[in-house]
Parts: sequence; C-alpha cells; structure tokens
Amino acid sequence: MKIDKNTINKIARLSRIKLDDKESEDYIKDLNSILDWVEQLNEVNTENVEPLSNISSSILPKREDVSNDTNSSEEILENAPDNLEGFFAVPKVVE
Amino acid sequence: MSKSSLKQTLKDLDTKKISIRELNQDYLKRIKENENLNVFIYFSEENVLKQIDNLENDNSAKKLKGIPIAIKDLFCTKSMPTTAASKILENFHPTYESFITQKLLDEGSIFVGKTNLDEFAMGSATNTSFFGNTINPLSKENEPLAPGGSSGGSAAAVAADLCLGATGTDTGGSIRQPASFCGVVGIKPTYGLCSRWGIAAFASSLDQAGIFSHNVEDASILLQSIAGFDQRDSTSAKVDIPNYFENLDDDLNGKTVGIPKEYSIDGTPMEISQIWEDAIKVLEKKGVKIKNISLPHTKYALPTYYIIAPAEASSNLARYDGVKYGFRSDEIDSLDEMYENTRAQGFGREVKRRILIGTYVLSAGYYDAYYLKAQKVRKLIANDFNNAFKECDFIVTPTAPSAAFPLNEKQNDPIKMYLNDVFTVPASLAGLPGISIPFGKDKNNLPLGIQILGKHFDEQQVFNAAVSLERSYE
Repeated sequence: MKIDKNTINKIARLSRIKLDDKESEDYIKDLNSILDWVEQLNEVNTENVEPLSNISSSILPKREDVSNDTNSSEEILENAPDNLEGFFAVPKVVE
Repeated sequence: MSKSSLKQTLKDLDTKKISIRELNQDYLKRIKENENLNVFIYFSEENVLKQIDNLENDNSAKKLKGIPIAIKDLFCTKSMPTTAASKILENFHPTYESFITQKLLDEGSIFVGKTNLDEFAMGSATNTSFFGNTINPLSKENEPLAPGGSSGGSAAAVAADLCLGATGTDTGGSIRQPASFCGVVGIKPTYGLCSRWGIAAFASSLDQAGIFSHNVEDASILLQSIAGFDQRDSTSAKVDIPNYFENLDDDLNGKTVGIPKEYSIDGTPMEISQIWEDAIKVLEKKGVKIKNISLPHTKYALPTYYIIAPAEASSNLARYDGVKYGFRSDEIDSLDEMYENTRAQGFGREVKRRILIGTYVLSAGYYDAYYLKAQKVRKLIANDFNNAFKECDFIVTPTAPSAAFPLNEKQNDPIKMYLNDVFTVPASLAGLPGISIPFGKDKNNLPLGIQILGKHFDEQQVFNAAVSLERSYE
C-alpha cells in the first residue's frame, strides 16, 4: 500500500485541504487503487525517450512590451470575499 | 431528432423569413419548457431579451447575428456569472470576457445561458456539478440518462434544441463523449487552435475548446468563428484558419482511412463494433482505401492521462484559496485554517480526489516515477499517431465504449468511470483534432457516436470525412 494515513495527511496538508477521518479513509482507498492501476506504465520501456510536456511545437511567441489596462483594481476587488483599503484582506497572520 | 440548422437559420434571417426576436423567443420558450433537464447553471430571460434589444439597434452585418448559442460555464463571461460548476466559484463575476466568447459576441451571437458541467470539467457524466445533474434529453420518462461529460450541459442544450450551437472544452474527451451520448456533433480541434484565455484551467497541456452543433456543416461554421491566434495564450498557434464550411468536400475518393486494431477492446458492446464496421463499409464504398494500423501504446493512454491531468489540475487549482475571488469558509481562525477549510468546503469529492493524486505524483521523491514517466509514455503515444499518419489521411474509431448510461448508475469506482474516455484520451494526449458524429443507434434506440481523428491542424480533413459519413447516414 503506497498511501497510508501519514501520507494522506501529508498530501492533504500540501494541498491545503482539510480532511475528516472518514474522508481520509475513502481517499486512502481511492488513491491506492488508482496508483496500483497506473503502475502498468512500468511495463513500458522509456529509456532515451524525451518527456512530452507540451504538444504545441511552436516556439513561445514574443510580443511587444507595451502596457495596457485590462482590469481595474476596483473591479478585481469586487470579487474578493474581503478587502480593505484597496487590498485583499485575510485573517491576521502576525500576532 | 431536431431538424434545426444554423446554416438554414442564417438564410432565414437573411431573407427576413424570421426576425432575430422571433427566432430567439422560440428558443426561450423551449428553454423554459425544458427546465427539468437542468441544462443551465445560469439562465435569465431578461438578459437574453436585452441582448435582442441591442442587436435590433445594430445595423452592422455580422456573421452570426442573432444566433442563440449556449456557453459552457467554464468560459469567463462579463455579462453572466461563471462558476465552473463549483461551490468555490459561486457568485464569481469575471471582470473580463474569454477570447472565444468575445469572438462569438463580436460576430453578433446571443448567449442564451451558461451550461452545466462536471465541476472544473472533471467527470464523464455531468454528475460532479455543485448545481446538480443534467438529464440527457433523450431519456425515457422513468429512466433518466446521463448526458456524458464534462460538457454535458452544452451537449444536452443542442440535443434538446435550446440553442443552435454550444461551446465546450475537451481535456480527455469532454466534448466528444457527451456529443456521442446526446446524439449531436462535437469537435475538439487541435491543441492550440483556439485560445484558452478566459477558460478556467483544468490540465493546461491538454485543455482545448470546441463546438457542439446539430450537424457537421454548422460545426464547421462555428469552429471558424472561435479559432485563431491570441497573444494572451502562449500555446495558441499562429496558423491560418481556413473557411472550413466553404471548403467542405464530401468526396473522399482516393483517401486512406486508418483503422487502429488496438481500439477493438474486449467487452465493447456488439452494437458499437457494428457501427464501426458500418462506417468502414460506407467509406470503402466511397472509394476510401482501408488501412489497418497499429497504435501500440493505446492501452497506456488512460493511466498516462490520469497522472498528467491531475498533476496539472493540482497546480492550476491552487489559485482557489478564498482570498481573491469566490467562496471563503467562515471557519478562519488563522490563514492556514482559512485555506484548508475554504478548499475542503468549496471543492467537491472528485475535484479533491484529483488534487490529492496530483499533489502526490508531483511531490518530492515521486515526480520521476509518476509524472516524468507519464510524460515519456505520452511521447510514445504521440509518436504512434505520427507514424500512423504516414500511412493514412484520417483515423476512424468509435467515440465511447457505451451509449448513455442511467443517471443513477452507481459510480463508486473511479477507474470504471475513467474508462469512459478510453477511445478519446489517446488523441487528447497527442493534441490531435477529433470529431464525434452520431452514427447509428443501440437496441434501446440510443445514439452511438463515431470518432474521426486527423493530423495536427487538419480540421478540414476531419470535417470532410465527417460530412461524408453524415450525408451517407441521413
């Protein structure tokens, strides 16, 4: 078994997702069965094969370095759950 | 089956046989009659009427003027909220318009609403949406069927004739599979043909937008409208976009079709093997040379996909943190608590599952064994297609391993659900264009789809083969 209680807690923490005990158990089961299933890729000989990270063969295009205003901070902040004096607001970080 | 056609409607509008208002009121009526299908996450009659008013005061000639189009709720729209079918984006009002919806607006189309999907496009039945299931319009009264997914709302909107076309996105089959389930046409173009600017990202190396329509001609008209280079998407391709519709040619004489032997999979229903054979016979009659080809790494496509897609999703979905937009949990004693509770409460089960698996395969010590390995196998899968296309002009396969399944069918086993994409995922990994067209029915009279795959940026060949098969079937 690749994923145990410790591993799932670690991944959940890295993902910033709180899991309760029941969820942890379910995900341990799901993730193990998915990881067992993808194990079959080890049958494939990939020696000297270049990884394919992006299918578009085009070289990243460059654009003119000109500024443009597409969004105003006011508009953007309208979607924020909380904002203060033109900034996003979050719970107090420093005591 | 609906007799609507975008091509005919454009003619009727042009000759004043029907007005923009009459046309859209007809659609509004049908949308309201079909509310039980739960096709739309956002629908407002008032909003549509306002669009009609604006167009009536607009004297300029526009290619899609007055045409009712449904938009998958993964595309950012300024005039309508955008949720990605997730609680975490409940009440999100984009401050900008996606590239594709802007193009459709520039051409004068009317957005009838935002369609339902699997949460963040993760699913194959439109059953992971925070806003409930969409029902396949072809369902019998006592047995609701799934519309497929993730773009199930858009496929259903076309099938129920609630619009003349709809946008979708396809990461591993999310346009082609629901098109097959709902008996409509769905095209996923080459990766890079349409800009992803303003589309909520799922797996960036795979995501591609496309079109649902009533027939192949309509799809060719609409795809031309949404394709094109955009400097805000660095994977957007600088290629000339042909006039697919004008260039449609159903004469396939002398062409070669590839039939991949690896797509004959044990357990595929007889009826699906049968329509595949039927399609091959039709092509043969049209003078197409049949070439048996091999795509040897086909069986590894699904496990490859289910490493790469969740890995990229875990990274893309990191932005939903309760700070900048969308939902924030009430339980926020500290910053970390806020993140963890917001994401725990804001994401659904399937999305969390994929974020967790993606985080695992990217985490220190496992990256090479999973993600890098998957990228290498992906290269071999792409090579398979490159080799095959040296011997054929296009490839024909079934679209999905089944017809639409019952909505209530238990989907507890994630791997069983993932198998829905067995015929669509390989082309996604290779970035190839693919279309699904309705071609035959199963014993319950449900539609089955045939998939046509083409070379990179050879959408024209895909359309030509599709229109040829479609015309022979009608």
